Amino acid sequence: MSEPVEWGGATLRSIRDLTPDIRLFEIEPEGEFVHPTPGSHINVAVLIDGRADVRSYSIVGPCTDGFYQIAVKLLGDTRGGSAYMWSLAPGAKLTVSTPGNHFELSRGRPEYLLLAGGIGITPIYTMALALAQAGANVRLLYACRRRQDFAFLDDLQERLGPRLQVFVDEEGQRADLDAEIARLAPGGELYVCGPIGMLEAAKRAWHASGRPVDQLRFETFGNSGRYPSEAFRVKIPRLHMEIEVPQNKTLLDALEEAGVGMISDCRRGECGLCALPILETDGIVDHRDVFFSDEEKAANVKLCTCVSRVAGGSITIDTADRAA
Amino acid sequence: MDAKPFPLNAWYAAAWSHEIKHELAARTICDHDVVLYRRTDGQVTALEDACWHRLLPLSMGHLKGDEVVCGYHGLVFNAAGRCTYMPAQKTINPSACVRAYPVVERHRLVWLWPGDPALADPAKIPDFHWNDGTDWVGEGGTFYDLGCDYRLVIDNLMDLTHETYVHAGSIGDEAITSAPFDVTHTERTATVTRWMIDIEPPPFWAKQLNRPGEHVDRWQIIYFQAPSTVVGDVGVAVTGTGAPQGDRSQGVNGAFLAAITPATEKTCHYFWNFVRTFRTDDEQLSRDIQKAHVNEGKGVYDQDHVVLEAQQKAIDRNPRMPFYNLNIDAGALWARKLIDAMLAEEHPKPHVPSQAAE
Repeated sequence: MSEPVEWGGATLRSIRDLTPDIRLFEIEPEGEFVHPTPGSHINVAVLIDGRADVRSYSIVGPCTDGFYQIAVKLLGDTRGGSAYMWSLAPGAKLTVSTPGNHFELSRGRPEYLLLAGGIGITPIYTMALALAQAGANVRLLYACRRRQDFAFLDDLQERLGPRLQVFVDEEGQRADLDAEIARLAPGGELYVCGPIGMLEAAKRAWHASGRPVDQLRFETFGNSGRYPSEAFRVKIPRLHMEIEVPQNKTLLDALEEAGVGMISDCRRGECGLCALPILETDGIVDHRDVFFSDEEKAANVKLCTCVSRVAGGSITIDTADRAA
Repeated sequence: MDAKPFPLNAWYAAAWSHEIKHELAARTICDHDVVLYRRTDGQVTALEDACWHRLLPLSMGHLKGDEVVCGYHGLVFNAAGRCTYMPAQKTINPSACVRAYPVVERHRLVWLWPGDPALADPAKIPDFHWNDGTDWVGEGGTFYDLGCDYRLVIDNLMDLTHETYVHAGSIGDEAITSAPFDVTHTERTATVTRWMIDIEPPPFWAKQLNRPGEHVDRWQIIYFQAPSTVVGDVGVAVTGTGAPQGDRSQGVNGAFLAAITPATEKTCHYFWNFVRTFRTDDEQLSRDIQKAHVNEGKGVYDQDHVVLEAQQKAIDRNPRMPFYNLNIDAGALWARKLIDAMLAEEHPKPHVPSQAAE
């Protein structure tokens, strides 16, 4: 399902805190409820500093009662969609889309390995429930920084039993991805949702195993990098410009607001259309996209402006403002 | 959003098995454009017939092994619908895929499930065993893109009084219009049973029975399985030999088979066959019967074809819906009621607050 989504009014029915910084939202659409498939998201119109914007949130659980459920982690260092969501009280009016799906779960595979990190559990939780209910051969590896960060843990333990393994980062626990992939049945698939570091580790382990590339499935989180988001300065000598990218804004948005002509499409680091050349940097380019390969990222020739940032310094980039 | 008139969570015939080879074949099934092909392991794959990138029909591309290469920019999709190659980049966009539809081959047909794949249980494929080519034999065909709502074909088959007027001279007979009939149903099936006792056999059946001068008991037992297959158990036996009580040994028995697949709201694919249990190794008879059904406009199904398309045109020009119904439409109305129940299951009414009348 990557059907076009339709927007409509909705009401926030209830909220419930799952962890100290993850909150569950139950949303009742005014129009037709479209039953979401595992891996689906809805788009929510949000207000950030009084400015309208859109955020995508994974659907949580099977939603059999006609309400959409999403879970939102309150993030201090990102673009402000979560702060808006956390400001809402039950009864609040929302504008939401019908579900879309960029992370579809295929049926009938001999085995499924699910890997979730932090808030990345949201689509993975829904998949785990669907697979367990269908009697599929499924295992879940679930990692969080701290013990109190695990959402849905009781439910997952009940449904999956020993097929659930949890890993607490600050206690030094790490999943052995090479070993887990090695014991995955031939034709089995790996589904990953989590921070970019986890995703890249999974991609490397998958590649090293020699398995078919299409059997590694993942969804990107444009807002998670190897470094915390911070404000950084951008110089564009071709345009005689120097702009500041605030901590809660993407480089792409900052460029567009400054009047730089840009093309873009996915805005989540997948398509590569918004990539620009890096001329130099005195910081570290935090590549948060999945468009460039590891080698291309290491070479630092270009960055995807929709998601990637700079940590600990400034960057000088070029644009396409020239005849040829 | 207006719901379409066909349920999506159902198996629909998409092709005859023999039509699907190791090459790309396009079909429209329930408003979904799909491309079908047979893989090297003999299994059939059905993918969304539109490239993820620029929507060019993948059926305009070509197969490379068991993968489809788009004919525009060379994106490659495997049998699961996942992109395995993108030009001019080192990675593959993780969202890049086309939909893969559940397909199962059974009863010499390829059945496709256009709805939620999680619900695609092969046990729900209609019972169409008459088409297996074993006990019953016959060679049918398909009217692809017949210009009418698929339900008009069901109406046509569920009420055979039309034979008297559309198919006079072959299977039509005044007796059909005067014989009583019985309609029964379950949650997913409807059956129209009509016996015409002690009548002159109509020309087609007189020839098959080959008992000149004898009167016959004629039966038409039409079995509908929702949403859109119809099997008509039909035949004649010499009057007084016990056919209505279950002994058909002094008769000839055939079955008309119809798997009707909505293509769009106003077109459908009509997979048909006429099979029989008599003279089963007479291949010339199979060809003759096929010709009696479809023969450059002169066969009985050609006659239906003309009526059905003309009816659809008239419906489009006369927005008087629903139609008026007669007693003879009981079978068709049960069939439509079962279809409507499937549609209601798929499209639950939004919970609108009730407005109390005061």
